[in-house]
Amino acid sequence: MAQLFTRDTQAIFWNNNISAIQRMLDYDYTIKREKPSIAAIVAPTAESKFQKFFWGGDEIMINLYKTTSEAKKAHPNADVLLNFGSFRTAYDVTMEALDMGGFTTIMITAEGIPERLARKMNAVAREKNVTVIGPATVGAISPGAFKIANIGGTIENIINSKLHRAGSCGLVTRSGGLFNELSNIIAINADGIAEGVAIGGDRFVGSVFIDNLLRMQDNPEVKYMLLLGEVGGTEEYKVIDAVKSGKITKPIIAWCIGTIAKHYSSGVQFGHAGASANADRETAEAKNKAMSEAGIYVPSSFNDLPTKISEVYNKLKADGIISEIPEPAMNTVPKTRRSKQFICTISDDRGDEATYAGFPISSVATPDTGKGIGDVISLLWFKKQYPKWATQFIETVIKTVADHGPAVSGAHNAKVTARAGKSVVESLVTGLLTIGPRFGGAIDGAAEHFKYADDNKLTPVEFLNHMKKLGIPIPGIGHRIKSLRNPDLRVVGLKKFAAEHFPSTPLLDYALSVEQLTTSKKDNLILNVDGTIGILMVDMWRALGYSEIEIDEFISSGTLNAFFIAGRTIGFIGHVLDEKRLAMPMYRHPMDDILYQVDMAEEI
Amino acid sequence: MAQKAIREYDAKSILAKHWNKYFPDFTYAYETVLVENGTGLKDEAKTKTWLTNKALVAKPDMLFGKRGKNGLVLFRDNKPGDVTLEKAASWIDEKAKEKQNVYFSFHGDTPDGEPKTDFLTQFIVEPFTPHAQEEEYYISATCVGDDDVLYMSAEGGMEVEENWDKVIEVTFPITATEDEIEAKIRANIPADVAGKDKEGFAKFAIGFFKAYRELNFAYLEINPFVMQGNKIELLDMVAKLDDTAGFMMTKEWGDIEYPTAFGMEEKSPEVMAIEEADSKSGASLKLTILKPEARIWTMVAGGGASVVYADTIADLAGIEDLANYGEYSGGPTTGETQFYAETVLDLMTREKDPKGRDKVLIIGGAIANFTDVAATFTGIIKAFENYAEKMKDVGIRIYVRRGGPNYEKGLKDIKEAADRLGLWIDVYGPETHVTDIVRMAVEA
Repeated sequence: MAQLFTRDTQAIFWNNNISAIQRMLDYDYTIKREKPSIAAIVAPTAESKFQKFFWGGDEIMINLYKTTSEAKKAHPNADVLLNFGSFRTAYDVTMEALDMGGFTTIMITAEGIPERLARKMNAVAREKNVTVIGPATVGAISPGAFKIANIGGTIENIINSKLHRAGSCGLVTRSGGLFNELSNIIAINADGIAEGVAIGGDRFVGSVFIDNLLRMQDNPEVKYMLLLGEVGGTEEYKVIDAVKSGKITKPIIAWCIGTIAKHYSSGVQFGHAGASANADRETAEAKNKAMSEAGIYVPSSFNDLPTKISEVYNKLKADGIISEIPEPAMNTVPKTRRSKQFICTISDDRGDEATYAGFPISSVATPDTGKGIGDVISLLWFKKQYPKWATQFIETVIKTVADHGPAVSGAHNAKVTARAGKSVVESLVTGLLTIGPRFGGAIDGAAEHFKYADDNKLTPVEFLNHMKKLGIPIPGIGHRIKSLRNPDLRVVGLKKFAAEHFPSTPLLDYALSVEQLTTSKKDNLILNVDGTIGILMVDMWRALGYSEIEIDEFISSGTLNAFFIAGRTIGFIGHVLDEKRLAMPMYRHPMDDILYQVDMAEEI
Repeated sequence: MAQKAIREYDAKSILAKHWNKYFPDFTYAYETVLVENGTGLKDEAKTKTWLTNKALVAKPDMLFGKRGKNGLVLFRDNKPGDVTLEKAASWIDEKAKEKQNVYFSFHGDTPDGEPKTDFLTQFIVEPFTPHAQEEEYYISATCVGDDDVLYMSAEGGMEVEENWDKVIEVTFPITATEDEIEAKIRANIPADVAGKDKEGFAKFAIGFFKAYRELNFAYLEINPFVMQGNKIELLDMVAKLDDTAGFMMTKEWGDIEYPTAFGMEEKSPEVMAIEEADSKSGASLKLTILKPEARIWTMVAGGGASVVYADTIADLAGIEDLANYGEYSGGPTTGETQFYAETVLDLMTREKDPKGRDKVLIIGGAIANFTDVAATFTGIIKAFENYAEKMKDVGIRIYVRRGGPNYEKGLKDIKEAADRLGLWIDVYGPETHVTDIVRMAVEA
């Protein structure tokens, strides 16, 4: 590809480096990019799932992932990895990404990665045709399209140095600090840069001068190149060879810094780790001379570089190779911005009509819309439009769990509270607060344990042993009176619905094989209604394409319990209203129903 | 700098520590000690009986070669192989007593160039190993370009350089597998290695190269090693480590020291203090004193920019005017910058210019990517406040040029502070070419 980055390029940023990412997003906003240049952030130790950033005066959220592979899976089009891992981790992060594939460019910022690891990483990347920028670099920029992290500095400097839109120069440097300086010099003496790369200061870097210059030779936006080399190494000679052989035909301006080094025999390390001349031809002088002889434009000193740039630029302009570049319109990032305290991603009441996940309420409320309460739940709970079979299943569950008579503990509590003269809401929450691991919790538990068994390919016997070791009865198995011969008709109904409408029911099938084993021990150890609901919910989510990790998160966050809470609320309110209607008096438990055994407290 | 030389003693210790892993078919006695003087050697002899029982060889272990040609290898008293503990101890004391001249390069046996003169402080002592010339071999490995290169020769010892055409070079890409390495080494054993020793040589070379790779040596040379059946002696070794790998090699290398090369000037306390601050900081602080009596001092931000300033001063003023080289970068704190600035100001204000001119302080830098210019300048201003009187005594003209985050405030602050303190200052921003202040200072 002739261009390193485009306006559509998106990156995965490894390490939640908030200020660097914010600078990228400010740049994106300024140049009016449609999508942010960061698609995802990998933050292995982060607790939260997203990070807020400013987008102009507004805020956006960027997803955080624990691993590069999760981030890449969720954002397959992000083909640039910005590896901000430390010198201890940068190698592993790069190698994992290379192994994973799907990245065209990897930038590595860490300085001082062990040389052998840097060499290996660079060799593997080259083999896989991945462009590595760095290590030990501030990055690269395609002005007007994509900018890596801190390169270019502040927004003010970016605009002063004309880094907000493509110019004509292709810039390659080793040093990151001088990259910025040269952008400024080129903006003052010419029309800015079309693409720029700081290749990095370590001895072993991935893409070297020649790699970047050859790409720029093919990039029609680049009309001439500027190379800033350093004392040490022989990379500049590869450029000379390419000029001599005609591989590079665009004009190159070049200068190697470090002419001072000749005055000091040894022991003084000038500049970067890569900057140390081991032979005469590695000195800055020799390289400047050789480049000049090859027809490259070499100034007499760094101080004269601006004159040389202006000379080459004006010549190309006079020849009609460079034309005037129109200045594009820009957004202005507000000076003061306030971070928002609350975030809402499910509904919005700012427009004409409030919406549920983008759908105006009227578009889901009335019967003619064809939408039911299952659709509303899928929008507000999952921010997705579930297919009909799934919303109908949700409704079936809600209806199935709506009530189970007055004797269960939650309903009983609600009734007692109502009889104490409390309001509907007070009585209702008393009932709801009873819901937990013992009351209603079997749905969660069944989903969790059966899914664990299925995920780990346990046979029914192994599963039973596993639960025995945990010391808990299998949630979702067993009924007070029902058995295989006298089945629970609610379960029969759920199973029938699933058989007719679910694409497949792998977890239910597994649970039924477990049921065969348990009922062979005792007749009433059947898969009960809680178990069936929990298990079929997992099957539903699997059929809807959720990942196992996402389903595990639904289970651990209590989403299954939420179906029970929503459904049973209907029943509790019924019981409370029933008490109000009957105007029942205050309840006092009969004393003869209590076993009293109260000993005198001992003195200790 | 990533590649650092280590002592011969440490190189041998590292190989000995991993001997069975890389050289399971060979034995190595690892009889070697590092001492500073004769008393130290006699102390070692209390626990290491071979020092008393065997004839010895003693030589300095201070990162320089050509010790034989410099007459600094003790292996004979009256005849080769008769050096006793007593003799070795007295020889060491004699050599350590006063500064020694050491030549780093020779034409044949004639020294070439100027010698370095310094005290010898570290000596390595080992048993004398009687052996035949044909049992000596040469082997080394290093990185050339992007590849590792293994050098092998049947001619070891002092003759290797004269016989460099007999050295076999084998090149390996970094991605070479163990099988590929083995096959390639076996296919390239020097022809001069005796037929009966070829298999042994191959095994040793394979282990050597693996050790070089896996233990993160940047350079490893044994010249010569002696192979007698399955018994190996490492007569002379040179090694450099890639110190950036230190964090993953703590166990493999043990407690390693990177000594200053023989004859290098002892680092001044100021330079050592900056080095210590640098090692404790996430930012980078570097200082080298080139010529403390010179007129132009620099305090430049950024690795690349600092080189450009040094180049330009050499070009426009001449090398004799440049007092120091250094840089600060990577977002140092205000406190770190103040410390750095005070160190430079302290050095700069010790003497007046011998010709009575004003001194020049270049506070330069490119346009920073993320370093907060105002914050770092606050540190420099605090240093000005502490050194203003001395600076005025000596006579200093300050030239400032800088850009980057918050640079307007930084430039305004430093100008105000200098004016308030009565210091001569000129201040420029990114509109001025980065090194133009050098021209201004020189032309003034």
